[in-house]
Amino acid sequence: MGRYVIRRLLQMIPVFFGTTLLIFLMVNVMGDPIAGLCGDRQCDPATASRLRAEFGLDKPVWQQYVTYMGNVFTGDFGTAFNGQKVTELMGTAFPVTIRLTVVAIVFEIVIGISLGVVTGLRRGRPVDTTVLILTLIVISVPTFVTGLLLQLLLGVQWGVIKPSVSTGAPLDELIVPGLVLASVSLAYVTRLTRTSIAENSRADYVRTAVAKGLPRRRVVIRHLLRNSLIPVVTFIGTDVGALMGGAIVTERIFNIHGVGYQLYQGILRQNSQTVVGFVTVLVLVFLAANLIVDLLYAVLDPRIRYA
Amino acid sequence: MRGATQARWAACAVAVALAATACGGGDGGGGGGGGADGIVSSSWGDPQNPLEPANTNEVQGGKVLDMVFRGLVRYDPKTGEAKNEIAQSITSKDSQNFTVKIKDNWTFSNGEKITAKSFVDAWNYGAALENNQKNAYFFGYIDGYDKVHPDSGDASADTLSGLKAVDDTTFTVKLSQKFSTWPDTLGYAAFAPLPKAFYDDHDAWLSKPVGNGPYTIESYDKGSSMSLRRWDGYPGADKAQNGGIDLKVYTDNNTAYTDLTAGNLDLVDDIPASQLKNVQADLGDRYINTPAGIIQTLAFPFYDKKWDTPDAAKVRQGLSKAINRAQITDQIFRKTRTPATDWTSPVLGKDGGFKKGLCGSPCEYDKAGAKKLIEEGGGIPGGQLKISYNADTGSHKEWVDAVCNSINNVMGDNKACVGAPVGTFADFRSQVSNQKLTGAWRAGWQMDYPLIQNFLQPTYYTDASSNDGKWSNEEFDGLVDKANAETDKAKAVSTFQDAEKVLAEQMPAIPLWYQNGSAGYSDRISGVSLNPFSVPVYNEIKVK
Repeated sequence: MGRYVIRRLLQMIPVFFGTTLLIFLMVNVMGDPIAGLCGDRQCDPATASRLRAEFGLDKPVWQQYVTYMGNVFTGDFGTAFNGQKVTELMGTAFPVTIRLTVVAIVFEIVIGISLGVVTGLRRGRPVDTTVLILTLIVISVPTFVTGLLLQLLLGVQWGVIKPSVSTGAPLDELIVPGLVLASVSLAYVTRLTRTSIAENSRADYVRTAVAKGLPRRRVVIRHLLRNSLIPVVTFIGTDVGALMGGAIVTERIFNIHGVGYQLYQGILRQNSQTVVGFVTVLVLVFLAANLIVDLLYAVLDPRIRYA
Repeated sequence: MRGATQARWAACAVAVALAATACGGGDGGGGGGGGADGIVSSSWGDPQNPLEPANTNEVQGGKVLDMVFRGLVRYDPKTGEAKNEIAQSITSKDSQNFTVKIKDNWTFSNGEKITAKSFVDAWNYGAALENNQKNAYFFGYIDGYDKVHPDSGDASADTLSGLKAVDDTTFTVKLSQKFSTWPDTLGYAAFAPLPKAFYDDHDAWLSKPVGNGPYTIESYDKGSSMSLRRWDGYPGADKAQNGGIDLKVYTDNNTAYTDLTAGNLDLVDDIPASQLKNVQADLGDRYINTPAGIIQTLAFPFYDKKWDTPDAAKVRQGLSKAINRAQITDQIFRKTRTPATDWTSPVLGKDGGFKKGLCGSPCEYDKAGAKKLIEEGGGIPGGQLKISYNADTGSHKEWVDAVCNSINNVMGDNKACVGAPVGTFADFRSQVSNQKLTGAWRAGWQMDYPLIQNFLQPTYYTDASSNDGKWSNEEFDGLVDKANAETDKAKAVSTFQDAEKVLAEQMPAIPLWYQNGSAGYSDRISGVSLNPFSVPVYNEIKVK
């Protein structure tokens, strides 16, 4: 087990450098960010060149990357164009997005898995068909449509929620955005769980458990669900990273000042320090989520433990 | 054991239910009660640069400076006329050497007295190369600017030689050239005075700027919100009529608009284009659509020889005639733009230099005439007109396509004009300033101060800071110099208009339309208006 973890950790190193280098190159290809700082007029050449030097943009790209990575390891992610430290931006943005992601994941787990279990055990019944149709609708409607619709109905027409989330982004205001963010994945989780449960409910070990005379509850939760959850856990685990990075649409609609907003702002202003910094952290989150998923496998299925 | 788990689940469910009901509650956008102490909530965008007077060049940061700072002169929010604010008098005998006397009852909100030195130090700071101030060029007319801010290399002086504090209430300014309307430029935020705290602890000042305006900053949460409160000790005449302003950063102006219609926000000063068709129904007379000092044009590359010929001038005039401005402003902009007939803006007013119809027939839509002119000029250089624009913000694609459609119709060729999108604004600007474009591009000019000089000199004078197309014309330059040396304002304005007539003949940039400022507000507040810079006049807003 220990060797397995170490090997996985070592694999993360090239992935980490590769992705950050790619992002760094992509942001740099977009051209000179200083030109956009002065609005619809040209920056005066002396100030522009001083700014370029300040942000390290006057050096060749490879040198910029080396300096940048060197700084990152000392915890310095550089400065955004508005004079704020990128770490400061992260300090305000990540807690908000993490809260939003947690809300979304909780919805996925609670609603997605319960619906999946219910439909999986009642294949072909009206409940099953209804949920299947509903999930199909959710999957096919883009998030921004669901988001804007809920915002308009709940926020403006019925006044149940505030259409925009306030600065602090407290948990209660994140429920609707979290649901919107979770919606598509939630539908997938439902379908995955359903299929998995449906398949395993015919398995030998379930029949044995039933034959032993175990209560149905225990059969479903301890035997059936535990085995059926393996693909679902994989999906939810990798979804953590996807949700954090993909919150850009939801965050924009509900005015949430999280990672998506900072990334969007960073890309618009071509602020490589912000973009690369945030993406670096997202890459780390993604890698960590994947690692946790792999370790969870071992917990759910002892056979994988020593792989 | 199982019982305990169930109890925990039940507790969670209750907590979620409680949290869900709490959604509807919470305080409204305004808060703080009504009347003279009522607080107004307003939409805001994240300022691009640190909030310093000489470093803020966009409207979001400018909004805050307008509330927190007052300078020597202030532009009348209705007429745009420059009026003395802190200045007692600004006098000159020769349009080049100025003496500024200031009133002695002004202080900063931290109690520090405003003296001549507060101005001199602030201007020297703004001009110095080492401070990286993006508006440094505003001090470019002051003698000695080339020493403290050379185009390349290091500065050879720390302070502007043309700037001297005589005593506590007087300072003198020597300009490097004659510029009679220079005092009228001093209302720009870059010329604001700065307190000692600015230099003593710069970082602390930046996190909570201290100024001398009708409002003080109570709290500033960078990137998300700012609370401004009325300063009761404000010595000026334009005291705040409300208790304060809460600025709230929106990720998207559509969300701000939604919040306004839900009664969650009091003021939105940028109605999203997609909502313009609903705005009358949603807001009625609480929708404002008034002219702002912004003109949009199509600029051309004169560094490219194909465009710098006498024949090409005819082609440009023809292209201008081929654009159906009225139809585009009506259908695409829903009347938030006005077809342009000169190179300035209606906010200048008649006395300020705006002259309707100055451009004459080249700016009037005429299909046959347009085609004839373009053909006489030898057709579009290169056979096709490419109009570059940035595709990331401002929905430029729609109108560029419409302009091209209009030109294609005239030419009877649907390849005569095409739009050429550029991914980001920064990339677009770098292509413009590095002279990489060979076709036309969208250009815009937002005035810094309401002067006809500001619309003409920075954009069309030879080698001027925003003359991106590198157009150069001796006659035009001569007229601008003459106008600047003129001590009589009316004469200066008419000489500038003579210079503008050169633009009509040569058409270095095709004027498209004047942009309006648009805003909407809730029924909680009244007295809302936009100044000529399309910024709300916050201090005049009253809470019911």
